Amino acid sequence: MTMNRRDFVKATGAIAAIGALGAPGIALGQGKKVVVVGGGTGGATAAKYIKMADESIDVTIIEPNEDYYTCYLSNEVLSGERTLDQIKQGYDGLKARGIKVVHEAATGIDADNKVVKTDGGEYPYERCVVSPGISLLYDKIEGYSEEVAQKMPHAWKAGEQTKILRSQLTAMDDGGVVVIVAPPNPFRCPPGPYERASQIAMYLKEAKPKSKVLILDSKQAFSKQGLFTQGWERLYGFGTEDSLIEWQPGPDATVVGVDPDNLSVETDFGDEVKGAVVNVIPPQSAGKIALDSGLADDSGWCPVNKKTFESTQVAGVHVIGDAAIATKMPKSAYAANSQAKVTAAAIVALLNDEEPGVPAYVNTCYSIIGKDYGISVAAVYRLSEDGAEIAGVEGAGGLTPSDAEDFALAREVEYAYSWYDNIVHDIFG
Amino acid sequence: MAKATMTTALVGGALALGLSAAAPADDDLATGKMLVDTCAGCHGTNGNSVGTASPTIAAMDPLVFVDMMIAFADDETYSTIMGRIARGYTEEEYELMGEYLHGIAYQPAQQDFDQSLVDKGAKLHDRYCEKCHVEGGKPVPEEEDYYILAGQWTPYLKYAMTDFAEERRELPKKMARKLDSMLEAEGEESLAALYAFYAAYTDFESSDDEDEDE
Repeated sequence: MTMNRRDFVKATGAIAAIGALGAPGIALGQGKKVVVVGGGTGGATAAKYIKMADESIDVTIIEPNEDYYTCYLSNEVLSGERTLDQIKQGYDGLKARGIKVVHEAATGIDADNKVVKTDGGEYPYERCVVSPGISLLYDKIEGYSEEVAQKMPHAWKAGEQTKILRSQLTAMDDGGVVVIVAPPNPFRCPPGPYERASQIAMYLKEAKPKSKVLILDSKQAFSKQGLFTQGWERLYGFGTEDSLIEWQPGPDATVVGVDPDNLSVETDFGDEVKGAVVNVIPPQSAGKIALDSGLADDSGWCPVNKKTFESTQVAGVHVIGDAAIATKMPKSAYAANSQAKVTAAAIVALLNDEEPGVPAYVNTCYSIIGKDYGISVAAVYRLSEDGAEIAGVEGAGGLTPSDAEDFALAREVEYAYSWYDNIVHDIFG
Repeated sequence: MAKATMTTALVGGALALGLSAAAPADDDLATGKMLVDTCAGCHGTNGNSVGTASPTIAAMDPLVFVDMMIAFADDETYSTIMGRIARGYTEEEYELMGEYLHGIAYQPAQQDFDQSLVDKGAKLHDRYCEKCHVEGGKPVPEEEDYYILAGQWTPYLKYAMTDFAEERRELPKKMARKLDSMLEAEGEESLAALYAFYAAYTDFESSDDEDEDE
């Protein structure tokens, strides 16, 4: 979609113009209306924070699922440390705050008339928030599809897929190889595949010690790599003959095809690798509704104004979470939650004819490598002066130190659990 | 304006801390609310934690808050992650956060505790802690110089106490003296009684006995 002058003016922050240009007749006299597409981490947070800041704003979430399973801590469901029920969240808390939650699927956004269309109706808005998460690009891997994912699960959207992978792991014979196909950048939860390998190794060490995890990666490096390999060496014999985890880097190990009948994958190098369990995490893009609504650019992700998260392609629509191009911020739950609050504050300001204030953003991300062994990465971000980048503050943030003592690694696990309780309460409570 | 109130409220502390008097223009700074909203992922919505290892930061004394952030940023107070995050902000931003948090209602943690130890904990608190942790360690936002203990999560308090004991966190001289004399007179189990008392978040009235140490 090309940007016309009006969009450009809005996207570059000529805020005063928006009141005059932005409000369509349909919304006038109906009060201030916000429609949030997607009730995950970003969407639910945005809805809640808009409502908390200005109760007079009518907020509706469009979300097809009645329950939401968090991807975060879903790797603990794979190892059996946690049940699927323990990562299940619902919408009663948001409803009690006066937020409408409509369990329908958004089918399109008519930005000219400011209406979100669903399989059940139409929802007019003054401001729209789109937090669609990711699309899994099955067709980037030959032979892979949504149907094949029943047999070779991705488990990169938590819920049913998590359950399938867990039951395959428990059914597997001792001695089996668990193949994890790790996706190319950018993707949801950069440390996720490696935390998953860790959690599965923890389960295998206890229950099926002759088995191992084989990561076939399309990348040559990954998030928190030094800390992960250090943890794997300490806990799972990484680098030795008997290692419970093996990592093969790209480009040779890039998986280009799968054969579900044979439970095997084909690498770019031409190897055929067979697994007892095969977890294929495919390449990703912004969620479907973002692609269908002209919010994504050629990269498959959504460019936004970094101060307000308003799309630079479609005026009046804000894109947050994994789908947004947030420069230095990773595609994590904390980032989505943080972006949602910046967006909520901007929308409340705009709907009240005020200029959005200075944004503040944070990311904190824990990975649990084993029992009493947690690591983290954190960053505090500021908007660059030219507004082009959400940049980490120099001298701040960073990783768990590599010489962290045992008590500290154990605490990081407890902080991870505390983080989970606080963030899901902050999102859905 | 909120900014003016903050400046007035914190001017003494700002001087004491050697903070710069030169304030950037308002539009360069995020609001206290915007800054505190980024804390919620770990410390709970509006700083009231529902996770057992993370402290509630709502209703803190703003000067205590700023002091703590500086100590985290300088690694004078041990942390796994807080120091890394604290280094991302200026002292002026700490002040804005502190002022915002000060105005938030405190929600004591809802947790299990040993009821049979609460009365003993109250007596120990009164004798050894009340001098600095006033009003039974509860927040007293209308006053200054208060350090909240009551209603904090016990696992968090245990971490803090371990850090004091292991010399990862600077123990103020007065506190070291009180703690030593308590542990000597009452033994390690006195700590369990204190934890129970703080978790109970119960009514408390100091007997105002003369303090033999002072």
